[in-house]
Amino acid sequence: MSMRYVDEYRDAEIGQALAGKILGSIEPGRHYKVMEVCGGHTHSIYKYGIDDLLPENVELVHGPGCPVCVMPMGRIDDGIAMANEEGVIFTCFGDMMRVPGSKKTFTDARAEGADIRMVYSPLDALRIAKQNPDRDVVFFAIGFETTAPSTALTLKRAKAEGVGNFFCMCNHVTIVPPLRALLDSPDLRLDGFIGPGHVSTVVGARPFEFIPADYGKPIVVSGFEPLDILQSIHMILTQLAEARAEVENQYSRVVPYEGNVAALKVMAEVFELRPHFEWRGLGFISQSALKLSDAYADLDAERRYEVPGVRVADPKACQCGEVLKGVIKPWECKVFGTACTPEHAIGTCMVSPEGACAAYYNYGRFAREKEVV
Amino acid sequence: MAERGVLRTEPGKPDAGVSEREQKILGIIETARAKRPRFKDETVTMAHGAGGKATQTLIEGLLVPALGSESLEELGDSGVVRIDGLGLAISTDSFVVRPMRFPGGSIGELAVNGTVNDLAMAGAEPIALSLSLILEEGLPAEDLRTEVEAIAGAAEAAGVEIVTGDTKVVERGHADGMYVCTAGVGKLDDRAQLSTSSLQPGDRIIVSGSIGEHGTAIMLSRGEFELESEIASDTRSLWPATDVLLSAAGASLRCMRDATRGGVASALNELARASGVAMTVREGDVPVHPSVAGAAEMLGIDPMYIANEGKFVAFVAPERSEEALAALRKVEGCEDAVEIGEVKTEPPGMVLVETAFGGKRVMDMLAGDPLPRIC
Repeated sequence: MSMRYVDEYRDAEIGQALAGKILGSIEPGRHYKVMEVCGGHTHSIYKYGIDDLLPENVELVHGPGCPVCVMPMGRIDDGIAMANEEGVIFTCFGDMMRVPGSKKTFTDARAEGADIRMVYSPLDALRIAKQNPDRDVVFFAIGFETTAPSTALTLKRAKAEGVGNFFCMCNHVTIVPPLRALLDSPDLRLDGFIGPGHVSTVVGARPFEFIPADYGKPIVVSGFEPLDILQSIHMILTQLAEARAEVENQYSRVVPYEGNVAALKVMAEVFELRPHFEWRGLGFISQSALKLSDAYADLDAERRYEVPGVRVADPKACQCGEVLKGVIKPWECKVFGTACTPEHAIGTCMVSPEGACAAYYNYGRFAREKEVV
Repeated sequence: MAERGVLRTEPGKPDAGVSEREQKILGIIETARAKRPRFKDETVTMAHGAGGKATQTLIEGLLVPALGSESLEELGDSGVVRIDGLGLAISTDSFVVRPMRFPGGSIGELAVNGTVNDLAMAGAEPIALSLSLILEEGLPAEDLRTEVEAIAGAAEAAGVEIVTGDTKVVERGHADGMYVCTAGVGKLDDRAQLSTSSLQPGDRIIVSGSIGEHGTAIMLSRGEFELESEIASDTRSLWPATDVLLSAAGASLRCMRDATRGGVASALNELARASGVAMTVREGDVPVHPSVAGAAEMLGIDPMYIANEGKFVAFVAPERSEEALAALRKVEGCEDAVEIGEVKTEPPGMVLVETAFGGKRVMDMLAGDPLPRIC
């Protein structure tokens, strides 16, 4: 296998040149806050040390775009309840294993005897169901519009092939409602958005038009390589300098403006919007998640199993919402570093190792070291 | 453009302007960090065996305080005892790899090389091993025969004798075919003055070859990814390389560690903590086979965290590092050895990476299992 083609998006010299252009496009003395919406961008920024290439007054704010970290505790508890049902094989992506419910994680539940298996795609879960016809196999589906089509196709296949022991607990979420919720808050301090590239391959760039139209902020749909991200930041800063606010598509090599029509069609067939869904740290957001449509009711794990379905409130003191909006710094949260630590995370920003709070907890002191000797 | 080597401070705030509240919080974090980790988990999870933070908590929070001997406190790959002036290194290791056979090796070879390498990393010439086999009812005799031959072959290649052993059989379903435990004794080499706490600022960090091959070979051979590649495990005895390094660098060779579970990243972090120093690693200089890089990219794993079974990191004082490297490259299996970074002073206990892209970040210990990402 060759991964050579990606190298050209990681050229350090071009990166330095772009960093120079970014420096040239900012107003001295002005402080810029740009949110990267997607957890994939956060990961790239961290992996390549992109923060380190930016001028001091351009700050990146990590957004709510990690579908793993926004899962509320109650949903994890419900999943564990299903996993503990007699004869159930419970399957989920590896990322989900460490996310805390109200009392334990999937990793803990597995250690206590539940048959919980990591899979790499929903089709793996379907394969397990076919190999174990005498047991129920539940797939804990998560992700934005990026992964929802593959769940939808798997459900279609299960139905077509008459696999009677495959069930899905649907936790798919949608990207636009949380962005709108953030933008609606009066205390928002963001200047622009790096748009989620993977989600946009499905939904296109058009759904983000409300950001410049209704809120007057620029958004640039971005790829995930370091040069993609630097170029997107430059495009956002250029819009700000020219007092423009538009949707621009930096990732046009992959993202069609209108999205993937076939994927949207299969999603519409298999899913319908939930009236509301809870996001860890952000609370209830209306029409922000998907559930199985009535046509797929017999594959819906939530209709098959009695689960606690108890809403476990985020501790009142948790201020993830404010951190996400850029209103406060992690250390200004009342529980930061005391009740909420990476070992015992309360909010979404501490759950993910790349979340703003976890990063500050682990590296905050280091970030203050002036000189690295 | 940020000045090279100078990291960003909190935007818009000079250092002097750090608020009282923030100082207090940073203080709380510092105190929590400096404390010895406590083992508070209610059950053992797979993360406790992955070689990262949870493993460290288990060892430093439960085992060392309960069993505490001076040698154990060193947290080296081997323990050291002295009998009438003769220094001996002792080490033990259990092997539970699945599948039993994989490209480049099998559980039997790992069981020999794993313990041999723990002795070698302590600067001891491996002399003798014990062998315990835990066999599952129903294991085909042919599989057992094959593994015993693999054990014999690896022991011969490593120049160690297997001098004692034990066998147990457990009911079907209680062991994954077979588990193998070995313990080993080695003779401490007179040239060796290795210690996990001896690293000095300026020491060069050498890696003995391209990384991540064992872990990648295992992951791909489980057949869960539908990826194929020519990558084979790098399992081999590291005593020949140790022998050569001791000759070339002598007392300037400060410390060695084989980068097994948790990979190079975890090995470097453990040593940075043990010596109270910082390290800078140049990511672009770390050798990674293109197939390992490709698989890691697709699975969302950093090769620095993938296990090796025949690669180590060595720390050499700057005045002898070039000679050491030149000598090491002549050893079979170490042809691609290279210097990847340097020991620094600040911030103590941390490993920093200069990314190939020109940025800088902290490379922490592995947290949890090395799980693929989905987003």
